[in-house]
Amino acid sequence: MANVVFKDISFRYGSHVILDHFSLEIKSGEILCLVGPSGCGKTTLARCLLGLNRPETGEIYVGDTCIFSASRRINVPVERRNIGIVFQDYAVWPHLTVKENVAYPLKKRRVPKAEIADRVEKALAMVNMTEYTNHLPSQLSGGQQQRVAIARALVGDGDIMVMDEPITNLDAKLREQMLDEIREIQRKSGTTVLYITHDQQSALQLCDRMAIMEPDGSVCQIGTDEDIILRPANRFTFEFIGVSNFIPVKNENGKLALAAKEREFPWDGVLPAEMKMALPSGLSVGVRPNDIVFDPDSPLRVTVRRSVFLGSEYDYFVDFGGMELRIQQNTLDSSKYGVIKEGSETGIRLLNYRFYPAKKEVSS
Amino acid sequence: MKRFRQNRDLAAVDGVHFGMGGILTGLCFILLLIVVVIPVVSIIYNAFFYQGHFDPTLFTEQLTDPGNLAAMWNTVKIAFWVTLLGTIVGTFYAWLLGRSDIPAKGLMRALFNIPYMFPPFLGAMAWDLLLNGRSGYLNKFLMSVFHLSSAPVNINSLGGIVFVELSYYFPFVFMQVVSALERMDPTLEECARIAGANQLTVIRKITLPLVVPAISAGALLILITSLAHFGVPSILGFSQGIYTLPTKIYAVISRTGGSFEGIRSGAALSIMLVIVVAVALMIQKKVLSSGSYDIIKGKSMRPTLIKLRGAKLPLLFLCVATLFLIVIVPLVMIFLVSLVKAYGLPLTPENFTLKNYSRIFAASGTIDSIRNSLFVSITAGILCMFMGTLIAYVVQKIRPRGKGVLEILSVLPYSLPGTVLAIGVILAWSGNILGISLYNTIWIILVAYLARYLSFSMKSSSAALLQVHPSLEEAARTCGASHMQSLTDITLPLIRPAMVSGFFLIFLPAMREVTTSILLYGPYTRTLGVQIYSLRDAGMIPQAAALGSVAIVIIIICNTIVTQATKDRKGV
Repeated sequence: MANVVFKDISFRYGSHVILDHFSLEIKSGEILCLVGPSGCGKTTLARCLLGLNRPETGEIYVGDTCIFSASRRINVPVERRNIGIVFQDYAVWPHLTVKENVAYPLKKRRVPKAEIADRVEKALAMVNMTEYTNHLPSQLSGGQQQRVAIARALVGDGDIMVMDEPITNLDAKLREQMLDEIREIQRKSGTTVLYITHDQQSALQLCDRMAIMEPDGSVCQIGTDEDIILRPANRFTFEFIGVSNFIPVKNENGKLALAAKEREFPWDGVLPAEMKMALPSGLSVGVRPNDIVFDPDSPLRVTVRRSVFLGSEYDYFVDFGGMELRIQQNTLDSSKYGVIKEGSETGIRLLNYRFYPAKKEVSS
Repeated sequence: MKRFRQNRDLAAVDGVHFGMGGILTGLCFILLLIVVVIPVVSIIYNAFFYQGHFDPTLFTEQLTDPGNLAAMWNTVKIAFWVTLLGTIVGTFYAWLLGRSDIPAKGLMRALFNIPYMFPPFLGAMAWDLLLNGRSGYLNKFLMSVFHLSSAPVNINSLGGIVFVELSYYFPFVFMQVVSALERMDPTLEECARIAGANQLTVIRKITLPLVVPAISAGALLILITSLAHFGVPSILGFSQGIYTLPTKIYAVISRTGGSFEGIRSGAALSIMLVIVVAVALMIQKKVLSSGSYDIIKGKSMRPTLIKLRGAKLPLLFLCVATLFLIVIVPLVMIFLVSLVKAYGLPLTPENFTLKNYSRIFAASGTIDSIRNSLFVSITAGILCMFMGTLIAYVVQKIRPRGKGVLEILSVLPYSLPGTVLAIGVILAWSGNILGISLYNTIWIILVAYLARYLSFSMKSSSAALLQVHPSLEEAARTCGASHMQSLTDITLPLIRPAMVSGFFLIFLPAMREVTTSILLYGPYTRTLGVQIYSLRDAGMIPQAAALGSVAIVIIIICNTIVTQATKDRKGV
């Protein structure tokens, strides 16, 4: 059991700055999901922790041990950090059998032979791969190779494991199953896990805590999944973590109006006190598709362009004064209040909306 | 965790990762300096400097000599025709065997690869025996049958040289194109058919353009090899005074008995040859600027075969006739002449004897030459295998600052003619540098082979290393393996098949090599190729043919071992 602390880490490729004085703590025994768009520096951070990349500044601690410090010139080499890693492409060695793959970390750490056999067996049992001990990786499916990689990362009994997009290459059903299993394995082993992904859905399913990384390589919010979903810290988190609608808001002496492209709709929304100061860039209101409800009497008028039945819900694409909004209505509600026909006009109400500074409109 | 307590001791460890990369990189530079840079610089220095002064008179003298200019012109003419015809012939047969429903494909493909295995100078010898302007067996036969006063075909001519080189070099294009055709996605052609194109249009507009990169790669190989080729023009051209630059260099040096003056003239001529090669490469690049297409997949697919219908039999006959002409005739000829009691006697059973074989095996020179060839070929193969892999690893995985330079240096000798390389090695290692003199020893041949064949193993290992994803080695590092251990445990086992095939890519051509060793051999260091060449030169043609037959048998045995060995390793 150990926590991991990144302190003030900077890293760049040539002149391209990836991480700029980055700090983050992973608590002992938790799964922290680092979520961010491609190219934001998630993998770079993991490679710094593993020792595959050498940061320019900062320090990295595992427990109370410093494994990297730029100022004190400490850089524990990769092979002595004892951090398990599961790569996106598994990196299971194709010329070694499952058993040899899993035994390799122990062999390199000069564990006695009898103990190796014992621990390999345990690790393979943990990932349900005991019957494939003597198979070559080429004889295994993607999910099975994945498990071998996890067993190999677990077998060293390291305190920390890094998983870099480990399930991206699997199909949807297997992904779900693997996530459950990873969760289960982590419960059993108590390892601290840094899980890296760009897919917020799997992060939600797996994590104890989530850290959202912005494209510039900074963390904009750390918290439990509920925190992130219900109380997104900024517009980036709100947009990144799910489907979202944004409508520009006009504030004239406390009277709010939704300024759609072609029309303005007076609106009875409530502006929180801290937002009252008119921001120079203006305001937008953000709302999730399932937080918009149909109300035929509302002054906010929409025309339904298209509706798609998705099983558990209906997905509507509606025209709101020249803007497209996305509305989701769960099937239960639909059967209660009726499905809105394509082409018909109705009204909407916004629930659980939040205000964000407006983005500079990029020509769309 | 206790290990990590000694972090202060580990502070120095900071540089270790770089250290290993640094050591390997340094090693590469040193090896390439010795093997490549020093010989090349030696040639340039000796061609332009005399006793420490800049003195271009030798070079200009050589450049304006009409004999040399004629040789240069011959070199260009031969290379042009061999490349052009070789490309056409190779592409045609590749398509026929790769894409049509012609019968007995597997057998014919194997046969078409045979010329690639055999030393072209043996072929030249065979054709010389058959169609020599004065005494060729076939010529004599034709003259007596049709009562001609002169030989109908004279192989000792530019045309003859082109024909013999062509029959040995078109497989370069053939093999490249066949494999490209096999890896091509057949749906690309099917789509064109569905879109309404007829068979010929598909071949012209879809198939050919897609294999252009393969054709151009093969053509380049023919061009370089033909420009630098020594064996065929020396065997067919010397008697008629037809010289190419490589044979001219040999003639100049052997005329002066290997004196320094002769070697200097050779160096100046070498520069001419290098310039010709460089210009040819540039023109080739312009003419056949090749794009690479991703549509050619790495996987082998089952292409749709084109039905030849009525053309099947004539085309089959053409294939068989070609194979007969380029494979069977020279082989049989060499073998028959090796049995004949004296050169010139008719090839009839009553003139046959096995004495030639017993005679060559009784001579110590022959056994020595076989032993020498085996020794240098195996040693060069093993050393190049490791050096090439080392350089490939540094270039692909460590990627140091000077990796472009490393790459260029290691493939440079590939486009340097063997003759030129030999002169460079002589100039460099006959006592001028650090007093090291390897002249007349087997080591000088080894050094030349290392330079000449290094790029073969480097390319082979390089391609394999590209397939080894960096995460495999990184995973080993995180599992507690040092950089060196990750290399020996993971990377090397994964590229072992490529290393082994790199070895044979060097071993086989080195066994039949004559161009380089003809300039480097000493009294006790003849190679197999040199021994055959000098037996023939001394007029002992039946014995030369006997040794040639032995060489062919050795090559066939080695080749069988190779195919068996590489077959076993496929599973890795």
